[in-house]
Amino acid sequence: MSCTGCCADNKLKELEKIIEKYKDIRGALIPVLHEAQELYGYLPLSVQKKIAEGLNIPLSEVYGVVTFYTQFSLNPKGKYKISVCLGTACYVKGAGEIYDKISEILNIKSGECTPDGLFSLDACRCIGACGLAPVITINEDVHGRLTVDDVPGIIQKYIDKEKEAKDQEKLVEA
Amino acid sequence: MSEFVTLTIDGKEVKAPKGATVLEAAKSAGIHIPTLCFLKDINEIGACRMCIVDVGARSFQAACAYPVSEGLNVITNSPKIRETRRVTLELILSNHDRECLTCVRSQNCELQKLAKELNVKDIRYEGENQEFPIDDLSPSIVRDPNKCVLCRRCVSVCNEVQSVGAIGVVDRGFNSTVSSPFNFALNDTPCVNCGQCIVVCPVGALYEKSSVEKVWDALANEDLHVVVQTAPAVRAALGEEFGYPIGTRVTGKMVAALKRLGFAKVFDTDTAADLTIMEEGTELVERIKNNGKLPLITSCSPGWIKFCEHNYPDMLDNLSSCKSPQNMFGAVLKSYYAEKMGIDPSKIFVVSVMPCTAKKFEAGRPELASTGYPDVDEVITTRELAQMIKEAGIDFMNLPDEQFDDPMGEATGAGVIFGATGGVMEAALRSVPYLLTGKDDENIDIKVVRGVEDFKEAELEVNGIKIKAAVVHGLGNARKLLDKIRSGEAEYHFIEVMACPGGCVNGGGQPIQPASVRNETDLRTERAKAIYEEDEAMTIRRSHQNPRVLKMYEEYFEKPGSEKSHKLLHTHYVARENYPEN
Ligand code: SF4
Ligand code: SF4
Ligand code: SF4
Ligand code: FES
Repeated sequence: MSCTGCCADNKLKELEKIIEKYKDIRGALIPVLHEAQELYGYLPLSVQKKIAEGLNIPLSEVYGVVTFYTQFSLNPKGKYKISVCLGTACYVKGAGEIYDKISEILNIKSGECTPDGLFSLDACRCIGACGLAPVITINEDVHGRLTVDDVPGIIQKYIDKEKEAKDQEKLVEA
Repeated sequence: MSEFVTLTIDGKEVKAPKGATVLEAAKSAGIHIPTLCFLKDINEIGACRMCIVDVGARSFQAACAYPVSEGLNVITNSPKIRETRRVTLELILSNHDRECLTCVRSQNCELQKLAKELNVKDIRYEGENQEFPIDDLSPSIVRDPNKCVLCRRCVSVCNEVQSVGAIGVVDRGFNSTVSSPFNFALNDTPCVNCGQCIVVCPVGALYEKSSVEKVWDALANEDLHVVVQTAPAVRAALGEEFGYPIGTRVTGKMVAALKRLGFAKVFDTDTAADLTIMEEGTELVERIKNNGKLPLITSCSPGWIKFCEHNYPDMLDNLSSCKSPQNMFGAVLKSYYAEKMGIDPSKIFVVSVMPCTAKKFEAGRPELASTGYPDVDEVITTRELAQMIKEAGIDFMNLPDEQFDDPMGEATGAGVIFGATGGVMEAALRSVPYLLTGKDDENIDIKVVRGVEDFKEAELEVNGIKIKAAVVHGLGNARKLLDKIRSGEAEYHFIEVMACPGGCVNGGGQPIQPASVRNETDLRTERAKAIYEEDEAMTIRRSHQNPRVLKMYEEYFEKPGSEKSHKLLHTHYVARENYPEN
């Protein structure tokens, strides 16, 4: 079962607790953002607004910090998090085109998530696997020495995997 | 006495107070160091590295942030320093939209001037040019990020001075920009349209939403009776656009120029300021006598009003219900004046010349249309008026002095001081004794409320009634005072708030002076001198003695606070959300 109303309310209460905990401490913003991100998985407008109000600082300051640190995310992350390394080695070997291809297939840009919540896409800095350039990671899986033509197949693999899991579920239910 | 240290700058021995920066010490020794982000008292963060000097450390240091010390040896000019500065500037220019010819700030641009000063002949780095959309959805402020040099002056002024925080630095590194959170249009943020960001911006990245074309169109339309009103602070600064020293009063030439531009009548907003004193003074007296909501807080400054609506919605009843002078005047022109002159109000087009960008937002508030027509049709800033005068080829310096037109004519000294912080309060205090007792006291120069201290207080006793008054300017100061009032820590009867530091003379629509001038001159003080000078020169200096205003009551409004004046001269306020829901 996916939850709606009650769950959102609970999270809000949780968030209020987090803010309360740090409220009077100097430099509260970053720890609050960390815990909020853990709670929600990302930091949408409503959450940032709540934090700004709670800590009595302008939203622009909260947003500035969220966008400054790469560990904070404005968008939900997909079940499968795709990172395309755009470090120099990968870039030289065509990571740009690979990024473009993924972006085209999934119809999302860096930092975004597909509407079904399955994939999110990020462009990242060098991940230290230059020997495999160009390289992408999907959750823990590393895919190296890619060409643009490999991309559709890789994405399809995850879609298939997801479908299998769903079918399995249905079987169990039935 | 502060302690002094001795240092050497370019081989010259220099004494400087301890705690001073190398930039200040060099300045006092007549040595010029180029700067870009630095703006005294507002932005001293050492962000742009234009001002680097050699202090004998491993790397060059930013002079605007580096403190002097005993025996420090500074070199400000060497081939390597010049080259480093030039490279820094070229990098800034490499992703700058360099269309100077069509830029609002051409010839008054700190970046352009710097490029010339540092002898940039060629931009050796071709930056990846990201193109950003221009945000022009606000009725007052336009933001063009393609011109931004990331100096952060606007962010400092909006956050620290105004405590609004509508803009900030977003993202990091090459991607960083100045923008509103979530990239909202400024119009969807708690921005109060004060324009303080515009007057500190060194380049053309922030400017007012121009109404110049609309005013030209109206002037060319023969069916319209186009009249103009000018706020008190405009005359105190317009001259700067034509080469006059800061603080020169150009009232007569300004009126002459407006007549040459083709306005049917040229009126003085000061007349409506006098009217405001009658209405607001009466409101104060009534609230005091009838235990009404106190403190009463002035409502002339539309930036302040929007700030209050966003941040202190619980205190909207403290605001005076009086419209601002600009809108009172508009309503008077489309009612009393229309009737008196036999002109159909639908044919009257009211233009205001204001030192203020927030007045543009105010003029568009839907409730400010008590005659069925907007009180004010278009607002132009002092800068836009200067633009029109130049465009029309008028030789401003050689104009004769001319007079405001009847039937509104000349106003009082009380009306003119509305242009500086403390002025509304002083004007009110010149009339309140009369409004309470029917007799004047001797006080006319109430100097305790003048000047640019953050916070001023005055006390007045009339017939055993004590009136405690306070004056603040700059919204950061307003926030401090309001928080105290909210918590019960401070108590007053009457408070004047002006959104801009120094009041309207330093409004967001005033001529832009570069950092090189602002670092040396307090614009607020210099321009205010022109205002008080005009006040002194007036024969009538109390609002309730303005014969035209008295006649207006006699012929039309009956008395202050009458039903008619409530319909035309008063308004109400709304609580505002800070950001859209989603
Ligand atoms: S901001 Fe300055 S340098 Fe840039 S285009 Fe405008 S005038 Fe030229
Ligand atoms: S107009 Fe005033 S409130 Fe709005 S962004 Fe500029 S400084 Fe901030
Ligand atoms: S908009 Fe102007 S003041 Fe603000 S950071 Fe950019 S250049 Fe500086
Ligand atoms: S760092 Fe000194 S002027 Fe910018």
